[in-house]
Amino acid sequence: MTDLLLSQIKPGGESPFGTDEYVVNMGPQHPATHGVLRLVVKLDGETVKETMPVLGYLHRSIEKICENRTYPQCITYTDRVDYVSAMSVNLAFALATERLMGLEAPPRAQWLRMIFVELQRLASHLLWMGAFAGDIGALTPFLYGLRERERILDLFEMTCGQRLTYNYIRIGGVMIDILPEFVPKCRAFLDYFEPKIPEYEELLTYNPIFLERTKGVGVITPEVGINCGVCGPSLRGSGISCDVRKQQPYLFYNQVKFNECLENDGDCWARYKVRMNEMRESVSIVRQCLDRLEPGPIETKLPPILKAPPASEIYSRIESSRGEMGIYLVGDGTPKPYKAKFRCASFSNTFVLDQLTRGWKVADIMAVLGSLDMIVPEVDR
Amino acid sequence: MISGEKIVQLVSGLLQQVYALLGLSAYAGILDRVVCAVVMFGFVAVFVMFLVWMERKVSAHMQSRIGPNRVGPLGLLQTLADAIKLTTKEDVHPVKRDKIPYFIAPILAFVATFMGMVVVPFDNKMVVADLNIGILYIIAITSFTVIAILSAGWSSNNKYSLLGGFRSAAQIVSYEVPLVLSLVPVIMITGKLNFSGIVQYQQQAGYWFVFPQFVAFVTFIASATAEANRAPFDIPEAESELTGGFHTEYSGVKFAMFFLGEYVAVVVSSAVAATVFLGGWLPPFPFLGFIPGFLWFMLKVLLVIYLIMAFRWTFPRLRVDQLMDFGWKVLIPITVLNILVTGFVVLLAGKGA
Repeated sequence: MTDLLLSQIKPGGESPFGTDEYVVNMGPQHPATHGVLRLVVKLDGETVKETMPVLGYLHRSIEKICENRTYPQCITYTDRVDYVSAMSVNLAFALATERLMGLEAPPRAQWLRMIFVELQRLASHLLWMGAFAGDIGALTPFLYGLRERERILDLFEMTCGQRLTYNYIRIGGVMIDILPEFVPKCRAFLDYFEPKIPEYEELLTYNPIFLERTKGVGVITPEVGINCGVCGPSLRGSGISCDVRKQQPYLFYNQVKFNECLENDGDCWARYKVRMNEMRESVSIVRQCLDRLEPGPIETKLPPILKAPPASEIYSRIESSRGEMGIYLVGDGTPKPYKAKFRCASFSNTFVLDQLTRGWKVADIMAVLGSLDMIVPEVDR
Repeated sequence: MISGEKIVQLVSGLLQQVYALLGLSAYAGILDRVVCAVVMFGFVAVFVMFLVWMERKVSAHMQSRIGPNRVGPLGLLQTLADAIKLTTKEDVHPVKRDKIPYFIAPILAFVATFMGMVVVPFDNKMVVADLNIGILYIIAITSFTVIAILSAGWSSNNKYSLLGGFRSAAQIVSYEVPLVLSLVPVIMITGKLNFSGIVQYQQQAGYWFVFPQFVAFVTFIASATAEANRAPFDIPEAESELTGGFHTEYSGVKFAMFFLGEYVAVVVSSAVAATVFLGGWLPPFPFLGFIPGFLWFMLKVLLVIYLIMAFRWTFPRLRVDQLMDFGWKVLIPITVLNILVTGFVVLLAGKGA
């Protein structure tokens, strides 16, 4: 496929100065393409003529592996789909399986799931903020983002012993109940974290260079966004309401108060702003969940062998940190899914890149790529 | 009281005796210069090592980290360890490189910036070569780096390097203009192109040029940052876009030369700013005159360097066209306007040179 792509790019002399096009391979090893994304970029001097994402460098065939594993075993693999936001994928798969089998987790488990998924959103957005700022040359916010993320990971570690791939949200509930000191520690973190958001905003949001680099750059118009299947915060930056938590509330999202963050410009700055505001909303959601948490069981009683009903299928979606995370499962009456398909936000978000960067400069590829918040393992699965 | 002048007298007296012992008194003039140059080289090399450490500490402080703290007290020897690592490293180079420019580029980058230091006065009479056209010399010699970077970019036979090289050429050519133009008002007021002369003028006038010429100071710092390829104007080596830019294909000693060259360029720019705008070796208040002048000078240089470092760790990077816009549409008009206004004032005050 790669050869085909490269053969389409021919040096051509349309310019009066007889210049040639310049084909640059950005990646799979490059300091800025988060992970192993490869971009074949056609340049005219500094101006981008075409950007072609080449995928597959991190393909682990997780969907196929899931077809040969029992449902509870699959949860472990879902951690690796998006390791920056593993809780969300855990939740997506667990919810899909529960819906397929007509199970429901007890209330305490649902509140716990919400707490962890929203904390995960904070962690993911913090990492994104750092990486995005790093992409456009500001190296300091990355360290700030990671500093706060560490404290969230400490909370996770305290509960389930893991810092990256948690395997915490299970079918029918969660792995283990929180420790008694979790709630005060979590509240302490939120109190510490909330005043930090304005600090980051001070550093970046209205910095003239940051504005120059992001305002008006990489505009996703509502039509392009919908046609390309862009989702999540990237689409909300264009003013389209698409938050699954609002549109199809799962868990207890209909019982907590939060706003869907929207911006209208559709440029990199708008997407940045949406995510910064989402962090504030997540803090408020976690607070409400902590208030509503009541003692009770943390998992439903499951049959010894989980079997999906024959010829059953489900498409279940949640709002992960990056956008709509959909799981399509087909059950055939055996303990293993007949078919599993993950609809990942990063995958669909990657492919607007070409439309957004045409005619812009090389440096804008990085700004746009950073603002879309794509994670390569989620693209390749 | 220690002063630069006394040290210079002491050392030159000592040197005369050494020459006499060796029977080389006839060549004293040349030998003096050679000794001066070697001393300056050693001093700048050590100072740059300190700066690399300082940059890491400053960035660590700004990023709530600790920074180097293992090698030597406070990690001060970290740079030395890095230098040893770089010099003992295998020199990996691309097979299809253009051999001669590839070899010359790092040397040129290193030497050209080092040569700038010789005209900077550390204290009254404490200068390697007190050229009467010091400012012109320093501007001419530091622009050599563009040739080094361009040939590095071209000869590496790497697409990222080439892009970095061309970006650098465009950038340095554009920012050379406001750099020179922001020095012009000072030259108009003092009528001198000689660094010591400019400091002496500030001594007699009783003020530093940063106060009447604040605009020129700001534009000078901005263009000097760009000249030294430092963030937010570091597009020639923009890491997140061009991997390493022009030095992508360089490793070991050659990379170290580019790296040192960049820091020396920062030192030279800061030294010029300290001399021209911040009164060089002069103390801020007369009663602080008991502190030797060269210490004041170093303090001011460090202050300017700290400012440039703080830029790097705070700001995002400009895009290449925005960089050009900023140079041609913002800095140059401001500096030209500043020259016009200064010209009027000088005429009205009737002390034009």
